[in-house]
Amino acid sequence: MKKLLSGDEAVAFGAWRAGVKFASAYPGTPSTEILETFARLPGIYAEWAPNEKVAVEVGIGSALAGVRTLVAMKHVGVNVAADPLMTFTYTGLNAGFVLVSADDPEMHSSQNEQDNRIFARFAGMPLLEPSDSQEAYDYIAYAFDLSEKFDLPVMLRLTTRLAHSKTVVDVQEETLEVAQRTFRRDIKKYVMMPIFAIPRHRALLERLASVQEESERSSVQNIEMQDSELGVITSGVAYQYARELLSTASFLKLGLTNPLPAEMIRHFAQRVKRLLVIEELEPYLEEQVRALGIECEGKKFTSRLGELTPERLAVALEKVGIKAAFAGTPTEPLPTLGRPPVLCPGCAHRAVFTALKATGAHVFGDIGCYTLAALPPLEMLHTCFCMGASIGNAVGVAKAGNSLKPIVAVIGDSTFVHSGITGLVEAVYNDARITIIIVDNGTTAMTGGQDHPATGKTLMGIEATRLDFETLCKAVGVKHVWRLNPLKLDDFEKSLRGSFLVEGPAVIIAEHPCQLYPIRQERVPMVVEAEFCNGCGACLRVGCSALLVTGELSSEGLPKVTIDSELCTGCEVCAWVCKPVAIKFPAAEEVMNE
Amino acid sequence: MNSVTNVLIVGVGGQGVILASEILAEAALKIGLDVKKSEVHGMAQRGGAVSSHVRFGSEVHSPLIGVGDADVILAFEALEALRWAHCANRDATILVNDMRLVPPTAFASKGTKYPDDPFAELEKLGRRAIKIPADEVSRELGNVRLANTILLGSLSQRLEIPVTVWLETIEARVPKKTIALNREAFERGRAFLQ
Repeated sequence: MKKLLSGDEAVAFGAWRAGVKFASAYPGTPSTEILETFARLPGIYAEWAPNEKVAVEVGIGSALAGVRTLVAMKHVGVNVAADPLMTFTYTGLNAGFVLVSADDPEMHSSQNEQDNRIFARFAGMPLLEPSDSQEAYDYIAYAFDLSEKFDLPVMLRLTTRLAHSKTVVDVQEETLEVAQRTFRRDIKKYVMMPIFAIPRHRALLERLASVQEESERSSVQNIEMQDSELGVITSGVAYQYARELLSTASFLKLGLTNPLPAEMIRHFAQRVKRLLVIEELEPYLEEQVRALGIECEGKKFTSRLGELTPERLAVALEKVGIKAAFAGTPTEPLPTLGRPPVLCPGCAHRAVFTALKATGAHVFGDIGCYTLAALPPLEMLHTCFCMGASIGNAVGVAKAGNSLKPIVAVIGDSTFVHSGITGLVEAVYNDARITIIIVDNGTTAMTGGQDHPATGKTLMGIEATRLDFETLCKAVGVKHVWRLNPLKLDDFEKSLRGSFLVEGPAVIIAEHPCQLYPIRQERVPMVVEAEFCNGCGACLRVGCSALLVTGELSSEGLPKVTIDSELCTGCEVCAWVCKPVAIKFPAAEEVMNE
Repeated sequence: MNSVTNVLIVGVGGQGVILASEILAEAALKIGLDVKKSEVHGMAQRGGAVSSHVRFGSEVHSPLIGVGDADVILAFEALEALRWAHCANRDATILVNDMRLVPPTAFASKGTKYPDDPFAELEKLGRRAIKIPADEVSRELGNVRLANTILLGSLSQRLEIPVTVWLETIEARVPKKTIALNREAFERGRAFLQ
C-alpha cells in the first residue's frame, strides 16, 4: 500500500518488517520520530534510554541475546555512544544490529553539523545512505542482512532533509522471516581484554574486506549511464538534487558508502569524460575517489558548510561551467523582520531566567528549550556545548577563581539524567561553589515531549519507578537542595540569592510542568489596565508572544502594551517585572460577564 | 521538462502550516501522483517562522523547491508572505491570509520593523498577491481554526486537484462534528478566487 512517510517513519516501518523486536534510543532531532513510530507497532519492545551510550549498550545486549535490534540517535548522540561502538565492531554480534544516525546538515536543531559517515569509517561499520523514504524503508532490511552476514553493526545514515521529508513508500503488510537465535557464551569474541581484542581487530579488517566485495556487486549501487560527457558520483539526498539539475548526465549513485566499491568507481570513471562528486558536508566520497588515483571535482565547487539545496547546487555547478536545469532564480530574500522561536507563553523557564537576571549571576547553559534564553530579550546564557556541559563549565569557571559574580548552571530534567549526574558528582567531590538549577518541566520538551526516567512513565506507556532528583542530589552529597515552583517568583528569587551564600554546591529543583507536554496546561489570561501602563517595555523584555504592542501611547510617549487572551496563560512573570502594577487578573465580575 | 507543481506553504508556528501541507500532499497522492513534502520540525511550536515545501507530479526528485521556482505560495500571515516572496517564480500567485502577527522580539529589533502595509511591499516587488480574509471569515463561522480550510479552499483554485478529493482528504483530518463547517469554510475560500 502506498503511503506518504517521513524518513523516520519509513525506518520504523522498515525495521518492523525486517523482524526487529527491540529498539532503544534517546530522543534527538531529527531522529526522535523513529522510536515514537516504532513503539506503536505490534509485538515489539521499545524504550527510551537515559542517553545514547546506554542505548547502544542495551542494544548490544539484545543483539547478543539473538534479537534483531535497532538503535537510533541524532548525529551528536553517536559521540556519546562512541565508546561501546568503537569496540562493538571488533566483537561483532549474534542477531543484527543497526544504528540509525540522523545527521543535521545546516544545524536546523543542533550545536554542530558533523558528518557521521566519517564515524562509520572510523569505527569500521558498513554504512548505508538512503536518498528518500522508500530507500530508507528498503535499506533497513538490507542493513540487517548485512549485519548478520558480516557479523558487524551497520550504520544507516539519514539527514534532517530525509528524516523529516515525506515521500511515497510502498509499505508491505507482511514481516520478513528471520532465523531464531539464542545467546551463547564466547569470551574470545565478547570479552575485549587485550589477549582477545588483538585477534578481533584483525578479524574486523577481514570482515570489512568481505563487505568490500559485497559493495562491488550490491543492488544498492546503481550506475545510470546517459551522456558520457559528464559523470556524477553521489549518495543520499544529494543524489536527488543532482538528478533533478543534471537530467542528462551519467550517475553512479551509491547506497552502500562504507566500504566504497573501488572497482565500480574505477569502471564508472573510465566511462565518463568529466567526473563530479556531489555530496553534502565533508569530502567523504571525494577523498576516497582521489585516493584511488582518480581525478574528480568535488568540494572545489560545492560547500563543506550546510545543506545542499537546488539553488546552491545550481550556483555551484555554474562556477565550474556546468549549466544546470534550474527553473528558479537564486535571489536573496528581502531583509525582513526576523521571527525567531521563543519560549512558549507560560513556560516556567522564563520565570527562572527573569529571576536570574535580577540577581546578575553568570549563567552557563545546556541543551533544551531553555537554550533560547541566550538570545534577546533574555540574553542570560554564556555557553551551550553539549548535553550536560553546563555543570562542568560552571565548576571550571568557579575553580578558575577569577569571577566575582555568583556562578549558575541551568540544566533541564531530561538533560540532567542524560549527562548531568556525573557533572554534579564532580561539583560535590571538588567542592565547587556554584548553584545548579535543574529546570524540571517533567518532560523532554524540545524534542516534542518524551518521557524519561524522572517522569515515571516509559515509551510504551507503562508506569515506571520515578527517579527523584532531591533524593539523588542528597545521595551524591549535595548539602543544600531546594525544591521550588519558579512561578512563585518572590520566593524563587530569594532562594536563588540564598543559594549564592552557601559554601559548596547548591541545587535548586525548579519544578513546573511544561506548557505543552504531556498535556496543554489550563489558562487564566491576565489583562493590562491601560490607564496604568506607562509603556516602559519591561514586560516585553521577558520575551513572551502573548504581549503585544498597541498603537496607543502613554503620557511618556511610549507605546502601551496589551495581552492576547488566546495566548496568555496567567503565569504572572510579566506582572512581576511591571513597576506600575498594570498587569492583573481581570476582576471577578468581568470574568462572570464574559 | 518541469511537469512538477511546487507549492510553498508558510506561516508562524502554531498556525497549522504543517497540517495544511499534509492535506495537500495526501490529496496529490490520492490522484496517483508522486509527491514529496519537506519541512524542518522542532521550532514549529515555539512561534518561529515555518515553511513547508510540497512538490507533486509524475516524478519528483528534490524534496525542496528551488528559490524562485514556487508556482504558488500560500501564506498564513502577511509578514511571512514577504519573507518568502523571493521563492516564487515570476508567474506565481501569492495567496495571503489578511492578518498580522507581530513577533514578540520586534520591539528590540534595531533595523527592520514590521511593515505598515505588507501588501504594498509585495506589490513593490512586482509580486501578484491576493489577499484572503481567512481570519475574518473564520471568526464569522465561529472557529478561528477554520482559517486553515478557508486558505486551502483558495489554494484549490490554483491547483489541478478535484474538489471531491480535497474534501475527502480534509474530512479525514478534522473532527467529525466539524465536517459541515469545514465544507462551508472550503467553499468560502474557493469563492475568493475564480
